[in-house]
Amino acid sequence: MLPIIFVLPILQLVILSNAATFEVKNIKFGYIDNDHTSTSRALVEKFNASTYFNVLTDFPSEALASASMLKGEVDVLLQIPHYFERDLQKEKQNKLGVTINAIDGAAAGVENVYVKQIVQRFNQNIKVNLLQVSDKQIQPITIETIPLFWYNKTLNYKTFMVPGILVLLVTMITLFLSGMNIVREKEIGTLEQINVTPIKKSQFIIGKLFPFWVIGMGLLTVGLILAKVIFNVPMLGSLPLMYLYTSIYILVILGIGLFISNFTDTQQQAMFIAWFFTVIFILMSGLFTPIESMPKWAQTLTEFNPIRYFVEVMRMVMLKGSGFNDILPQLLKTALYAFIMNGLAVWSYKKTN
Amino acid sequence: MSITVSNISKSYKSVKALENISFNVKEGELFGLIGPDGSGKTTLFRILTTLLIANEGSATVADFDVVADYKKIRNNVGYMPGKFSLYQDLTIEENLEFFATIFGTTIEENYDLIKDIYVQIEPFKDRRAGKLSGGMKQKLALCCALIHKPKVLFLDEPTTGVDPVSRKEFWEMLKRLQQKGITILVSTPYMDEAALCDRIALIQDGKILQIDTPQAIVKHYPKQIFNVRANNTYQLINSLKAYEHNHSVYPFGEFVHYTDKRADFEREDLIQYLESENLSDIEIEKTLPTIEDTFMELAK
Repeated sequence: MLPIIFVLPILQLVILSNAATFEVKNIKFGYIDNDHTSTSRALVEKFNASTYFNVLTDFPSEALASASMLKGEVDVLLQIPHYFERDLQKEKQNKLGVTINAIDGAAAGVENVYVKQIVQRFNQNIKVNLLQVSDKQIQPITIETIPLFWYNKTLNYKTFMVPGILVLLVTMITLFLSGMNIVREKEIGTLEQINVTPIKKSQFIIGKLFPFWVIGMGLLTVGLILAKVIFNVPMLGSLPLMYLYTSIYILVILGIGLFISNFTDTQQQAMFIAWFFTVIFILMSGLFTPIESMPKWAQTLTEFNPIRYFVEVMRMVMLKGSGFNDILPQLLKTALYAFIMNGLAVWSYKKTN
Repeated sequence: MSITVSNISKSYKSVKALENISFNVKEGELFGLIGPDGSGKTTLFRILTTLLIANEGSATVADFDVVADYKKIRNNVGYMPGKFSLYQDLTIEENLEFFATIFGTTIEENYDLIKDIYVQIEPFKDRRAGKLSGGMKQKLALCCALIHKPKVLFLDEPTTGVDPVSRKEFWEMLKRLQQKGITILVSTPYMDEAALCDRIALIQDGKILQIDTPQAIVKHYPKQIFNVRANNTYQLINSLKAYEHNHSVYPFGEFVHYTDKRADFEREDLIQYLESENLSDIEIEKTLPTIEDTFMELAK
């Protein structure tokens, strides 16, 4: 118990303080350059130079760009119109389309400000470059950005939070219940009685975990109904897809719970360890703070965080209406995770010691 | 042989729980393991019921090896742990049905075996196990251990914390089960229960002191025991312990059991000594040794 009390909180302090950041960094940036001139390239170069943006892709068409945003590969999309440079020289003004993934309303707001700042600075430079000395009268040149917030037009934070919190509830309840359940049998001694019976390991474990799987699915149902009724959260994607993903996801959580209960002797210990992991999982899930802003090592860590995938999938399916192919990577990773965790759990559960 | 144990040793880290234990239990025998708390009885039970693997030695139960054939053993033995370990939030009937199902049988199939016991708790069959009295819990646990008609029954301190009447009933039930051909290995810290077994093993600190029938064990007692009584028992014990010729002094109910070192012990000497210690109403009578006396003597 003593190492649990001291080591785990210290780990949390070190990891989470570094990883759970509210900064918005490493924004996934894409652009559609319809102009292909030195001016448009210079503008893109500005974004490239900024530490806030990771310029990822140059999309040839709007359709491809939109598809990419649906998959979550791009969060900010800049559209440079045809004849951008020519119009700028002629009319001294122009408009840029900016599309921002606004599922996380707060981050979208910050991203919009960044884009505006970069474009403004570009305005000032361009005055020097484009306006020749011949222009006696220096007219102000303005490039305006017109932001378009996708998936969450009004930047409503509830739309963003409700699917995430639903994930959290399903996870916490199933993890705590399953983590404590077998430990409880250890504590009151019924496990000993069960162990001398010819019941098979797998039968016992399935018997123990299946009810929690049902409870988890029930929680999801209740949560979805409340999300619709109380918060009117949009549900664009297919419900069966959400249930399919959740049914696999809960297996991961149950596996973790069982694994914890195999290595603990009391419900108190099990509770403590389950709590430790949930806190780390939640704060590093992208639920509250964007994963892209975390340091590189922390981003790597989140790859092992099942909640991260669940949060992503729920938001993608509910708010963006992503389909099966869009969430396939998450689905496969979760399925693999479920397989590994349950394998470990069954392997470490011993009827004899 | 129903149970054979040869040279079993088990230690937990630095503590030696069992040291080189060997004994056999014949089929249909009621065999008692008698020893104080912490003597290794439960460890031995856990090894024989395949919950624990011994460091050294081998054992068989119902002709199956406890390590190699552990799965077969689990089908053939009933185990009642010392601590009540049925589901407290299930009723009597649910518990029984649950265990019957796990063993792939039904209550009806082996009802004749548990009938005598079950009828006593049947009026309460809808009551949750957690709400039962100690004696009823005991009977329920026994029913659950018997539901699959085991060849060997392991009872780890079944009567600890049970009232004297229920204890007596419980032993009568065991006797009846034995007549049905079930081998029973029972452990108890109560020496008076030892006399009810066919054979007993006295165990202390993980070692077996002696194995024999209760009658034979008592016969081996080397000394004549005297019941001594006086007006002040506490002072009597102190005085006897201070007496130069004493061999052993143990309180035993209303008497003190006393043995003397000398072969030619004279009652009058002791009375004189005790009177000089300001004790009165002194009574000294010969008595027969009990298993408890034997155990104390061996454990010395």
